[in-house]
Amino acid sequence: MDEWEEEVLREILSFYRGERSELIPILLEIQANFGYLPKEAILFVSEFLNVPEGHIYSVASFYKAFRLLPLGKNRITICRGTACHIRGAHQILQEAEKVLGLKEGETSSDLKYTLDTVACLGCCALAPCLTLDGKVHGLMSPEKIKTVLASLEDGGESDV
Amino acid sequence: MSNGPAILVCQGTGCLSGGSEEVFVSLERELRNLGLREKVQLKRTGCHGFCEQGPIVVLEPYGVLYCKVKPEDAAEIINSAKTGEKFVEHLVYCDPSTGNPLPHYRDIPFYGKQERVVLGRCGKIDPENIEDYLRTDGYLALRKVLLEMRPEDVIEEVKRSGLRGLGGAGFPTGKKWEASAKAPGDQKYVICNGDEGDPGAFQDRSLMEADPHAIIEGMIIAGYAIGAKKGYVYVRAEYPLAVKRMRIAISQARKMGFLGRGILGTAFDFDIEVFRGAGAFVCGESTALVRSIEGDKGWPKPLPRPRTAEKGLWGKPTLLNNVKTFANIPIIIRYGSAWFASRGTEKSKGTAIFSLTGKVRNCGLIEVPMGIRLREIIYGIGGGIPNGKKFKAVQTGGPSGGCLPAELLDMPVDFDSLKACGSMMGSGGMVVMDEQTCMVDVARYFLEFTQRESCGQCIPCRIGTRQMFQILDDITRGRGRREDIDLLLELSEAIANGSLCALGQTAPNPVLTTIRYFRDEYEAHISEKRCPAGVCQNLSSPETT
Repeated sequence: MDEWEEEVLREILSFYRGERSELIPILLEIQANFGYLPKEAILFVSEFLNVPEGHIYSVASFYKAFRLLPLGKNRITICRGTACHIRGAHQILQEAEKVLGLKEGETSSDLKYTLDTVACLGCCALAPCLTLDGKVHGLMSPEKIKTVLASLEDGGESDV
Repeated sequence: MSNGPAILVCQGTGCLSGGSEEVFVSLERELRNLGLREKVQLKRTGCHGFCEQGPIVVLEPYGVLYCKVKPEDAAEIINSAKTGEKFVEHLVYCDPSTGNPLPHYRDIPFYGKQERVVLGRCGKIDPENIEDYLRTDGYLALRKVLLEMRPEDVIEEVKRSGLRGLGGAGFPTGKKWEASAKAPGDQKYVICNGDEGDPGAFQDRSLMEADPHAIIEGMIIAGYAIGAKKGYVYVRAEYPLAVKRMRIAISQARKMGFLGRGILGTAFDFDIEVFRGAGAFVCGESTALVRSIEGDKGWPKPLPRPRTAEKGLWGKPTLLNNVKTFANIPIIIRYGSAWFASRGTEKSKGTAIFSLTGKVRNCGLIEVPMGIRLREIIYGIGGGIPNGKKFKAVQTGGPSGGCLPAELLDMPVDFDSLKACGSMMGSGGMVVMDEQTCMVDVARYFLEFTQRESCGQCIPCRIGTRQMFQILDDITRGRGRREDIDLLLELSEAIANGSLCALGQTAPNPVLTTIRYFRDEYEAHISEKRCPAGVCQNLSSPETT
């Protein structure tokens, strides 16, 4: 962690009182700022809340929102909800895996892409759906996801 | 300004993903260019429920609904908003069976057969503006409660209404309130469970996004009734827009004196905080949810565990209700328990909200009176099965519920009927399946979900769901054995009886109901190595045989 990152971390923690119950909100905020939970940040939080690092790791590994490794610049998250499943989410995932050369949960070595799944986005009327860097794209098809991914490749931009 | 025409642009997660913000911006620009910005109201609203047809734009006071709107339609929409008589033809919803254009909200079967009470404001008000809520009788119930009712009167009123919670048992809400009120302790909490973890359900998200003040008002009333000063709204991590809107609503309510110290000039103090979940299905279970707020893993407490009403958050009496339950409270107070209890069936009062999705023509969020027939929902509101396919099953209650066959289409939809058929009301997910859906694959899907989401604390759930998943996976890959069905039934019983919390106890339901109603599909997979729906890739499908 460089100086600037440490500054960000101190800034985040300055909004909290240092109570154990603040653990999850703090981790969510670190995750939102850094894209994952850096080792050094966990050490910081451990001292700030006076809880063992082991406890923080047990919480961080329990909840799906937390990542212990850096994520790719573009994050593709495919919904596996029931409505999406019935309407072919599996084929969408397969197509994405093929195009990106990644398996579910993996990040490309150049840190350009992370391919993930989510239990349900709650956009079931637009099934099958996915998010690209948090933005929902509905009524997907294997052809459509090819176009979406190709546009990422072209411009490297996430707002397709 | 309030009497002039208004253009309402839906800004639910669904419509936003279709570009409704761009539509809003374009309408705003066009209105300004035409010098009509002051004459025509332009408003962002929450979800109309008809997400599949989004982005949705509604013209009031005419009740005209436009579907699949694009930014370039702005000029035409504004033109039609002037009189409300000329419609933009290519944006009008057409009846999928007759092809007739239906420009008005009320004529569209999707809406015409609903009874939108709890969802009444959704899509009509700007959820980020408390004034809109106040104009539609918002916070009147709170005023009535604080100025005219004692806490015990409020509890009595909720009890008389017959309102039931959305957990597996459909526990009476009033009784829960009474238990929390009677539990000794000076510090008590109210928690709103918005951890909508069931895949295939989105009613809590829509309510939080479209009418957040109704939930807040219900929670404040609950706080007064049980003697709590602090409330939490637990929102799942995957719902960023709901978090944002709840937070805006809370801060507006604070500014107007509905939250904080001495609410409405009385001695009653109450405040609410949003707590974001971090992605764990098990946190829908009350003791797991409480642990999550305390800063721990969401592990359900071991048995015998005290009731949350008596020993919940930080060991204090805690009232935990669902989003929809709280949203019902202001309605019960305003219209009275007798009015509320006059709707629905004898034992299931009021309305039910469902997320109608899957292989059905009209997908979206619907509200119907309790006791309505399944057929009316799927064919009347949902418009039936698309592409000329045949209905096969409808799944309700998410991973804790079950799949109901065509024979049950005339069943009334209420807490007890659903339970008797092996399913449940629960989160209100309703996923329609057609002949191209494989029921063994559906069972496999749900068990894959529960074994992923099992917290791992107790063995029946951790190992049992894994074993069931493995067996189902084998069956869908052509490796099924004759004895597998019996083994699944045996495992189901052990997991249902032996698990620590409702996640495990109800996990076998999707398997049990698919075996009960679609056993022939299991047998085709096992003995003939054939998938009748043509879904399971390693088996022969109808086309190849």
